[in-house]
Amino acid sequence: MTVNHYDAIVIGGGHNGLVAAAYLARAGKKVVVLERREIVGGAAVTEEIIPGFKFTEFSYVVSLLRPEIIRELELPKHGLKILPLPSTFAPMDNGDYLGLWDDPDLTRRELYRHSPLDAEAYDAYSRAMGRAAKAIKPLISLIPPDPSSLHPRDLMGLLKLGQYAAGLSEKELYMIAKLVTQSAGDMLEEWFETDVLLGTKAASGVVGTLLGPRSAGTAYVLLHHYMGEIDGAFRAWGFAKGGTGGVSGAIANAALALGAEIRVGSSVAQVIVKKGRAAGVALDNGDELQSKVVFSAADPKRTFLQFVDPKYFPDEFIQSIKNFRTLGSSGKLNLALSELPDFTALPGEGPLHRGAISISPSLDYIERAYDEAKYGQFSRRPFIDMIIPSAIDPDMAPPGQHVASCFIQYAPYDLEGGWDDAKKEAFAETVISTLEIYAPNIRRTIVGKQVITPVDIERIAGITGGNIFHGEMLLNQIFFLRPVAGWADFRTPLRGYYLAASGAHPGGGVMGAAGKLSVQEALKDGLL
Amino acid sequence: MIQLLHTPFHERTELLCQPKNWRRWAGYLVAGSYEMSLDREYWAIRNTAALIDVSPLMKYLITGVDAALLLNRVVTRDIDKLQVGQVYYTGWCDEDGKMIDDGTLSRLDETTYRLTSAEPSLRWLTMNAVGLELEITEITDSMAALSLQGPNSSSVLNRCCDNPVDEIKYFRLMHNELDGIPISISRTGYTGDLGYEIWIDAKDALPVWDALIAAGHDFGILPVGILAMDMARVEAGLFMIESDYTSSDHAWIKAQQSSPFELGLGWTVNLDKPGYFVGRPALAREQREGSTWKLMGLEVEWDGLEALFKDVGLPPQILSMAIRASLPVRSGKKQIGYVSTATWSPLLKKYIALAHLQKPYFEPGTNLRMEVTVQHHRQYAPARVVTLPFYEPEWKKR
Ligand SMILES: Cc1cc2nc3c(=O)[nH]c(=O)nc-3n(C[C@H](O)[C@H](O)[C@H](O)COP(=O)(O)OP(=O)(O)OC[C@H]3O[C@@H](n4cnc5c(N)ncnc54)[C@H](O)[C@@H]3O)c2cc1C
Repeated sequence: MTVNHYDAIVIGGGHNGLVAAAYLARAGKKVVVLERREIVGGAAVTEEIIPGFKFTEFSYVVSLLRPEIIRELELPKHGLKILPLPSTFAPMDNGDYLGLWDDPDLTRRELYRHSPLDAEAYDAYSRAMGRAAKAIKPLISLIPPDPSSLHPRDLMGLLKLGQYAAGLSEKELYMIAKLVTQSAGDMLEEWFETDVLLGTKAASGVVGTLLGPRSAGTAYVLLHHYMGEIDGAFRAWGFAKGGTGGVSGAIANAALALGAEIRVGSSVAQVIVKKGRAAGVALDNGDELQSKVVFSAADPKRTFLQFVDPKYFPDEFIQSIKNFRTLGSSGKLNLALSELPDFTALPGEGPLHRGAISISPSLDYIERAYDEAKYGQFSRRPFIDMIIPSAIDPDMAPPGQHVASCFIQYAPYDLEGGWDDAKKEAFAETVISTLEIYAPNIRRTIVGKQVITPVDIERIAGITGGNIFHGEMLLNQIFFLRPVAGWADFRTPLRGYYLAASGAHPGGGVMGAAGKLSVQEALKDGLL
Repeated sequence: MIQLLHTPFHERTELLCQPKNWRRWAGYLVAGSYEMSLDREYWAIRNTAALIDVSPLMKYLITGVDAALLLNRVVTRDIDKLQVGQVYYTGWCDEDGKMIDDGTLSRLDETTYRLTSAEPSLRWLTMNAVGLELEITEITDSMAALSLQGPNSSSVLNRCCDNPVDEIKYFRLMHNELDGIPISISRTGYTGDLGYEIWIDAKDALPVWDALIAAGHDFGILPVGILAMDMARVEAGLFMIESDYTSSDHAWIKAQQSSPFELGLGWTVNLDKPGYFVGRPALAREQREGSTWKLMGLEVEWDGLEALFKDVGLPPQILSMAIRASLPVRSGKKQIGYVSTATWSPLLKKYIALAHLQKPYFEPGTNLRMEVTVQHHRQYAPARVVTLPFYEPEWKKR
């Protein structure tokens, strides 16, 4: 029976669960990861859905993966390569386009065509966001302080926060104050006048939320997406070799090399509680595993409402978890293509194919897309963020052929009348006919496709509600409020039970921070 | 737009630029040098006439009854004193009195000014012009610019222009014609020698280039790239944004910012002008209290440099071009400043540098030590603080 005795069990083999296991093994602990699917990675997986074509199925760009995790787990040795994703191309309705290239001079000149003032504002905006991101980024690596607590740990955290704030200029503080209160649309309109630029920037303020660019609080999401851009020479924005599954693969290899055990096809039914402490898990197949502590690297709803009997948690806590906004609003269309899409605005093969392609012609376009979602429809003209992985990493598709990853918003989880095959097909058709406006050849190049709705995210990746970040990254759900006020330090009301995934601080995205920080905290508790 | 721009002279410069060492300048490509070695180009600046393509300079036309009001508010100099036909060199600052950029400001007529800058400035000007009656037009692309520098530059212009340029005083300008093409000529430059800058409608760029090359033949005219100009400007004690100071717009931390006083531009800060201008309170405070940093010249002492090289059995190694690198400067063992650009001066036969020094080490005559690399080892050579410029021929302002 000793085979089923561990120091720690990690439920869920998403990238955070794998990071947690790697750090636990690195600390000399006997650890097992239990993943319900036959592959690890969670929302960070690559699958060959159509033979020869590798789809970076859910998550597709890497920007926030913590550099210290890459170094400490020696991920490059285990296969991690983050390739540059240098530009953003946004075709416009009048047949023109906006190109944000990876060179400030080229970008300024390109913007100048649209608006000389925006050309200059763009640099100033990037720097202002960079400064704000720089100010906030160190906090991501900190355990979030709880301002209502007098615990010394929290006070230290607050002190550090205060020190950062003191180091900021008045201008930067105002910027941050605006970022946390304004809508993305209002904030961007203070800087820019070009529709397509506003649309493209605003779109990143609503990714993963069921809010429009005019909804208050969305400005912060803009900043969150900027954080990836300030690692300087590190060049954090990128596409992982082999797709985002390449990141999970490298972390899994690192964890195995450090001595962790990974079991796939092992779905957890229940956390076993003994003497008020998490003491192991029971699998769906009835197997039981014992451990000193349990980490859940699944989403908060399953972690607290499904794996554990609610009687172990205060009512208020349960209520807060129930209120945690986890309904998905985004989908994906993964395409196998016989050739590159040819954009009328910039015909032929070019640098645009190696970067992001954004269908976001104006702020109103995004807001209108939201209007439909608000009332339970998918957007008739959605925001689409497309990349062509095979143009960056040719190993993603058979030679000369391509794969495209289209991230789509909005596609509400709660679609009126529910999602079915016909609606999925209609949803895919909407995306293809939208793309067709800008790249007319796309339809005839499609040799296969995979449509993903929030319900599919829930079904395949196992994320309750299908929100891409395990829960919206809005101000009422981040920092010391994630997932619940007072429980943002990865601990839970159940002793020995830790939350280690995107529903915890600092939130969603392929960053590994929750996995690492949760282990760091748990090791302080003396249970391991 | 997925390529850097070519200047209006590219058709000519492309054929002349032998080493193909194109340099980036504000989104344009310009020749680093035209010949394999910088020697002749440098000496053209100092001995004959150097023709330099400076078209990438950002240029703005500011016109209207409130133009002077705007400029007085933005730049540190007193615009009411700027006469028609006169040019000011000036910096401009943020609220904290830290330099955003610097350039020249020409008054073309009663209500029209032309401002040059290194960084895009349209937005800053526009933001400060709210409610004013004026128009700001960017003319960076539509106006070509050539810098003709060197003791023979006036002779070249006299040969090809309708009106002699002898009457243009230092930092003044005149309208002129060349083969029927209207041009504007200012007695300005970035070399510290006699020199002129010629402002041309971009469509007339090539005929003007050709006429100058033809007229300059007998006076030793030479197309010169920006690398030789970089050596000359250090001798002239002229600094460059992003190499010698960081625009306060770009600085990540306060320590990266510089005030005009710290850069030796105290003479351009006209606190006696009436009314508010951006940065005024901070600048007034700094003038009262004194600055903690100053940009000065540093001359490396030859004997000391020679000794360091002699220790490893080498003769002193001389830089072949100006280097834009940060080199520590010490007093005893303590770092008290840094060099931002250093060059060998072929004329002075000295190793010279622009140095940012902390109080009290910026007094002329102070003996300091500057980092030099000798056979892969970092060493410190003795150096002396001097006032700028290092070189100023008597004909520069005459
Ligand atoms: C469509 C989509 C696009 C995205 N795009 C990006 C992007 O481009 N860039 C970016 O940075 N982020 C992106 N994200 C967000 C990012 O992918 C996620 O935040 C991140 O991958 C979540 O990782 P995790 O380890 O926290 O959780 P998950 O990856 O969700 O892992 C949870 C794991 O738990 C497992 N599990 C669930 N229940 C059980 C059980 N009962 N027993 C055992 N195992 C269980 C699941 O199978 C899963 O493997 C995207 C997400 C989605 C869905």
